[in-house]
Amino acid sequence: MLKVEHIEVYYGDLQVLWDVSFEVRQGEIVVLLGANGAGKSTTLKTISSLLSPGPGTITLQGRRLDAVPPDKVIEYGVAHVPEGRRLFSEMTVEENLIVGALKGEAKAKREETMKWVYSLFPRLHERKKQPAGTLSGGEQQMAAIGRGLMSLPKLIMFDEPSLGLAPILVSEIFGIVKTIHEQGVTVLLVEQNVKHTLAMCDRAYILENGRVTMTGTGEEFLNNPQVREAYLGV
Amino acid sequence: MEVFLQTLVAGILKGGLYALIGLGMTLIMGVMGIINLAHGQLMMIAMYVTYVLFHYMGVDPYYALIVSMPSLFVLGMLIQRFLLNPLMKVEAILPENQVLMTVGIGMVLTEVIRFIFSSNYLSAQTSYSSEVRFVGGISISYPLSIAFVVATVLTLALFWFLIKTDLGRSIRAVSQDPEAAELMGINAERIKIITMGLGSALVAAAGTLLLPIYYLYPDIGGPFTRRAFVITILGGLGSTVGAIFGGVTLGLAEAFGSTYIGMEFEEMIGLVIFLLVLLFLPGGFKRLTKV
Ligand SMILES: Nc1ncnc2c1ncn2[C@@H]1O[C@H](COP(=O)(O)OP(=O)(O)O)[C@@H](O)[C@H]1O
Ligand SMILES: [Mg+2]
Repeated sequence: MLKVEHIEVYYGDLQVLWDVSFEVRQGEIVVLLGANGAGKSTTLKTISSLLSPGPGTITLQGRRLDAVPPDKVIEYGVAHVPEGRRLFSEMTVEENLIVGALKGEAKAKREETMKWVYSLFPRLHERKKQPAGTLSGGEQQMAAIGRGLMSLPKLIMFDEPSLGLAPILVSEIFGIVKTIHEQGVTVLLVEQNVKHTLAMCDRAYILENGRVTMTGTGEEFLNNPQVREAYLGV
Repeated sequence: MEVFLQTLVAGILKGGLYALIGLGMTLIMGVMGIINLAHGQLMMIAMYVTYVLFHYMGVDPYYALIVSMPSLFVLGMLIQRFLLNPLMKVEAILPENQVLMTVGIGMVLTEVIRFIFSSNYLSAQTSYSSEVRFVGGISISYPLSIAFVVATVLTLALFWFLIKTDLGRSIRAVSQDPEAAELMGINAERIKIITMGLGSALVAAAGTLLLPIYYLYPDIGGPFTRRAFVITILGGLGSTVGAIFGGVTLGLAEAFGSTYIGMEFEEMIGLVIFLLVLLFLPGGFKRLTKV
């Protein structure tokens, strides 16, 4: 479904991704694992056209996604739930959701989708008139995910949704990611949280210092002594 | 007591117009992240548009709104599209340097007008320019009341637009987080162009409404850019509700200043208030109202 091939990404003169390639197939949950600064967010921003892939290419269902301006990517069916939630903090929860569905079919089905989002996150429904900036961390993450779902994506990308959340909320958020996947949305999950993610993913890639160093199924990773030592500390 | 009430009413009426000026500036500030130092000059252009319509075609200044607002909407959009947006693409230029560009734009607008109309003072003396109405013993300027009503209607329409329409929501989204807005499918550059047009149309309305009670000359833009700046800071930089408070505060301050201290101090009073706010309430009224 999504094919990232040989992307090389720079911030000014500083190169942070080297020949990164990976793919996400229809219906999968794929995890991109890596330490802080490995280039995970950069990869997602490149898929969203916020950064240039250099000589590399990005395609979604055979259609070129690079060279599409960032505000058009969502029309291809890709939603990006960015690192740090990035909600419109002075707008209400409901308004944030509306802004997630500004175009085409998503706009036409806005009310319906919103009901679905509220059914996934009843707590957002209770707080729909509240400015997003006044929500707790976990609620903000839910709102950010909900806003991403409002575009009715075929592929949804999460950038460290568990970051900064209490352990009990972390499980809840990953539960939600699973639910979304079960409802037919393909998932690309960027995480540092290895323990939760390897168990729930179909396949995983490890990104180290801007390069893909390992790939395999979740199970293979969990049984790999190197991974166990480096990432699980066992 | 009568003088006091009369001054109070005059201040509030003028404040309504100032709010309009401040709202335009605030919108631009919110979306572009810069202060538009050509704001008063754009208003000056609208006043000349109104003057030409009145003087050469006999169009009542209030009807001239139908021409001045769209004209300035287009002028604002052109400025953003061809002069300000391209600056963003040059990496060596800091976004803040767009402010310098607005100063330059203001100068050019002023000189172009001086070239066409010379520096002479002009005025649009309508039949109602100095008309007053008496309400409970105090006299109220008729043109200023009309201006206040129109300004209030425009302000309410603006809030409705920002809160209830997708375009309005997109403008607010871009002003809060442009990158996240792009991820939601909003073309931030297009929103900037529209917002500059909108801000210009609002200040154009203020200019047109002021014309019947003001003298007009090419340099009138400067003092109004300063006022817009003061209102925006009073209101707490980028807060739309704050801009209304800022506008009314400045209107009141000027009215009381010119009544009780002297006409020639009108502008200075505003600057004194400004200084006091900077010293004692940095962050403006937003700090008090939280909106
Ligand atoms: N805007 C930026 N300008 C310059 N360097 C950046 C910028 N954003 C990230 N980097 C650098 O790029 C590298 C990868 O960052 P990032 O993709 O955010 O990593 P991750 O998401 O895996 O933590 C890091 O070394 C980081 O310092
Ligand atoms: Mg990151």
